[in-house]
Formats: sequence, structure tokens, C-alpha cells
Amino acid sequence: MILDHNRNPRNFREIPDATRQVFGRNPLCGDEVTVYVKMKGDVIDDVSFGGRGCAISKASASLMTNAVKGKTRQEAHELFDRFHALVTSSPTAADRPDAKALGRLAVLGGVARFPARVKCATLAWHALENAIQGGATEVSTDDQL
Amino acid sequence: MSTMVRGARSEERGASTWDVERVRKDFPILTTKAHEKPLVYLDNAATSQKPWPVIKALHDFYETSNANVHRGVHWLSEKATALYEGTREKVRAYFNANSTKEIIYTHGTTEGINLVANSYGASLVAGDEIIISELEHHSNIVPWQMLCERTGARLRVAPIDDDGQLLFDAFEQLLTDRTRIVAMAHVSNSLGSVLPVREVIQKAHAAGAVVMLDGAQRAPHHRIDVQALGCDFYVCSGHKMYGPTGAGILYGRQELLDRMPPWMGGGDMIESVSFERTTYAGLPARFEAGTPDIAAVAGLSAALDYMSCLDFDALNAHEHSLMVEASERLAEIPGVRLIGTAKEKAAVVSFVVEGVHAHDVASVLDFNGVAVRAGHHCTQPLMRRMGVTATARASFAMYNTHQEVDALIAGLHDVKRVFSS
Repeated sequence: MILDHNRNPRNFREIPDATRQVFGRNPLCGDEVTVYVKMKGDVIDDVSFGGRGCAISKASASLMTNAVKGKTRQEAHELFDRFHALVTSSPTAADRPDAKALGRLAVLGGVARFPARVKCATLAWHALENAIQGGATEVSTDDQL
Repeated sequence: MSTMVRGARSEERGASTWDVERVRKDFPILTTKAHEKPLVYLDNAATSQKPWPVIKALHDFYETSNANVHRGVHWLSEKATALYEGTREKVRAYFNANSTKEIIYTHGTTEGINLVANSYGASLVAGDEIIISELEHHSNIVPWQMLCERTGARLRVAPIDDDGQLLFDAFEQLLTDRTRIVAMAHVSNSLGSVLPVREVIQKAHAAGAVVMLDGAQRAPHHRIDVQALGCDFYVCSGHKMYGPTGAGILYGRQELLDRMPPWMGGGDMIESVSFERTTYAGLPARFEAGTPDIAAVAGLSAALDYMSCLDFDALNAHEHSLMVEASERLAEIPGVRLIGTAKEKAAVVSFVVEGVHAHDVASVLDFNGVAVRAGHHCTQPLMRRMGVTATARASFAMYNTHQEVDALIAGLHDVKRVFSS
């Protein structure tokens, strides 16, 4: 599924009338992603991304846009928290979130075994979080994990 | 096991051959498995593995000689100091410097460059110029940019061609009577290009500039003779020369070092201190404030002993043949493009795979036990010049084998299979 989303990323486009767009960068590998969101009240009406990156960062951004479309700010935030916990926790950790609750996002759970690649999977999420919470319009994976 | 001459001579043909299997036995880590596969370590440009005499030297230092240097009058401190200063003489001899006063220990190449930029660079004024090349590592870009910000000096960049070779005429045109420093890599860490440093030094000196060479990628593979080169400063890292991390070398011509102000202040670099006035120690102590990484210097000593026994002609022939074979076989794989095709190249092969990010190439290779570096290799301007965002890089060392090139090529076929399915 990662390879499929890498080759045929969903929502890989600009939203010309986006409410906000946030540019994210991973200085380690030079990956760059811009996340666009169009809000309707408190709901994410449309979300998309552009940029360039490795298979994991592209697939993660693609899966993320599918997962959060139609969700409220709070729901998207909670999803991010669970996703973040999944990819940063040891596969045997007791408090590891239930992969089933994350649906398709769970395919990225495997990156937890490769600490060097975790930032690839979370880059687009950090950009989204800033976009919907009104944070900075540029984020770097150096600022957070 | 002994550290006698490595690379037995094949008498019949008069040519030397490299006994790679014998060398491999000196490097304990090479029997490690990665993801249940034999480790194929092709990230030597980042850091080399360590032979057992180096590992043993670290152990022995802490077990038998650990004390601070230059301080105590006690027996153990004298022992540690003798080891530390004795290694300085070993380094002097290895690099053919004139005097041990010209050998400054650093933590590595980066610190060496920063020392030159901060100390020698303190004499620069607005309007002075510094020339670097387009293929430099960030560590040979940023310290000079910082110096320019402080002094108003100007950074000039000598361009390279599409193969990753210095455009010498363009470099020459940048040289003026305002040029104060030329700082250049001896060998490119990303592409492996060998720069024409003798000609660079000759022209720079004719223009009245001093030359600092970043030898991080050259010193692990060749004997460096700083006097024959004629450079003013030469910097390198012990950890890429089969030594431990934490000990690097800065060679500086004494005439220049004598006039340079200290960079870092602290213990061990002074002659006398009062609240009114401090006078500084002579060379080389003036540039070595604080407690150095003494254990790493002990390891460096063992690494230089090890390297002094190498048959460099046989070693270079071996590494060159690995580079050539890897380059040829990679180029045959559809969709694989070599980045950096200089005529004179060190054993570094950078490449991209069409449609596959370099990090994904490296992850699939890693599953096959093959360790390569992927990314911009701390040379973002060079990546931009070559029209790529990142490359995968295989870099070879004395213990790599042609079977390991096979593993790299097999891994690349796996990359192609995974990403075309």
C-alpha cells in the first residue's frame, strides 16, 4: 500500500482557495511538503499536498489526506496523536495504540522499527497540525519528532 | 596477529596485489550481521571501521594510562602525556610536517576548518575574498560564510562541470590580489572527484593567497606529504582513517601558526594568567584549550601504525578496481544514473535511481545488509548543481571485496523489483 500511494499519491494537488497552507521540511534528507487545507467552519472540507520526498513521506501524506478529510479539527488532532504514538513507540510497547483503530494509517506502523525514517512519516502531519491549529506556516522536523 | 605489511607482493608479475581476506580479519565488526544478512559496509566516506589494534589501544589506554595530560607531576600523567605527545611526533612524520609545532589535534575536520577560519581568518577585512569550490562539504562552506559575516569579506565560489570536476580556468579568473584564502576539498565526499590541488596551490600562492585543503576524504587512502603538496593548512579526521572518533588533525605552516591568535581560551593554552593580563602558550598548545580526547589520540596512534604498514600502491589499485566495477555495473542497470563522473576519482560512487528516492534505495539496500549513505551528504549546493535532491552513495575502503560489489548490485535489482511491482 505504501508503494501504491507513493506511485499514485491521493490529493496530490494545490488547493487554490485554501484557508491555510503550511510548508514542511526535513533538513536531514531534503524532503519538502506543502499541506493545503480548506476549512468549512470547524471541519476540514478539503485537504491536499504537494512537494517531493521519499516513498514513506509521500505515502504518509497521501494516506493522511484521505484520513482527515471531513474530520473536525479536534478529530484530526486526536488522529495525529494516535498516529504519532504508533510510529514512535516500540512495536512491543504496552501503550502502543491499537493499529486497527487507525485503519489504513496503520500500514506506516512498521517505520517505528526504523528510527531514521520516523520523521519521513510524520512530516506531513506536522504541517497539517500547524495548518489547522493556526501555527507557523513553516515547520521543520528538526523542531519536533 | 601482527600488523606487518599488508598487501603481499606478487613477485612473478612484479605487481602488488591486495590480500583483502587477510585485512578483513583485522576488523572485528565485519563479521556482524545486519537484518540477518552479512554486513556489507559501504559507508566508509562517513566513517571507516576500526582494526583491532585501534580498538585495543582505546581499551589499553583506559586500563593502563588514563590521566590528564600536561598537568600532573605524577607518574600516570607523565605516561599519558608521553603517549599524547609521542603520537604528535608520529603524526608529524606521517604527514611529513617540519615540526610537531605544526600539528594541532582537533576533534575532526570540521573543527580544523573552524579553527583556521576563526584564527587565521581574524586578519581578514572588508573587501578581502575567500575562494571555495562548488563541491564543498557544508563544513567547508559555513565557517567561511560566518567569517564573511563577521569581517565583511566576500565568498567566491569556483564552479564545476557536469562531471563534477573543478573548472580550473574559472577558478583562476576568481583569483585576484584581494584573494586571501583558498579553501578546497582534496577529494569530494559526495562525488569522489579528485581536485587538482597542486595547480590550485601554485596559482593561489602566485596570487598571494594561502591554501587550506580539506583532506577528510583523501587522507584515509593516500600518504599525505604536506611539504611536497606545499599547502598552508591541511585538515582531516582520524575516524575516517581507521582511528576512533574524537581525534582529528590540523597541519599548519609554522610561520602562519606563529602569527595566529588563539581561538578557544581555557586551560592548557596559556603561559600565565592574571585578571589583568594573560599570555598564551606557544605552539601547538595555544590551539588546544581544555582536556583533549586523549584516548582517541591513543587510538589514532594505533591507526597510524596500522596505516604505516600498508602497501598503498596495492591498496589504491584494489579500491580503484572496486570503484570501477561498481560504477560500470550500476550504469548497466536501467534507470540508474551515476552522479559524478570525473576522470580522476576516489573510490566513491554516487548514483540515483529513476523514480525512487535515495532514502528508499538505501532502506531496501539496508534490508539486504548493504550499508550506504543516502541524502545530500552535507553538500546541498552541489546537489543543486548536479540537478538532484539526494543521491545514494557507496564508498569503499581497504576491506571491501568484489563479492560486496555483487551484493550492492543484487540489492539494486531488489530496489528495482520493489519499486516497479
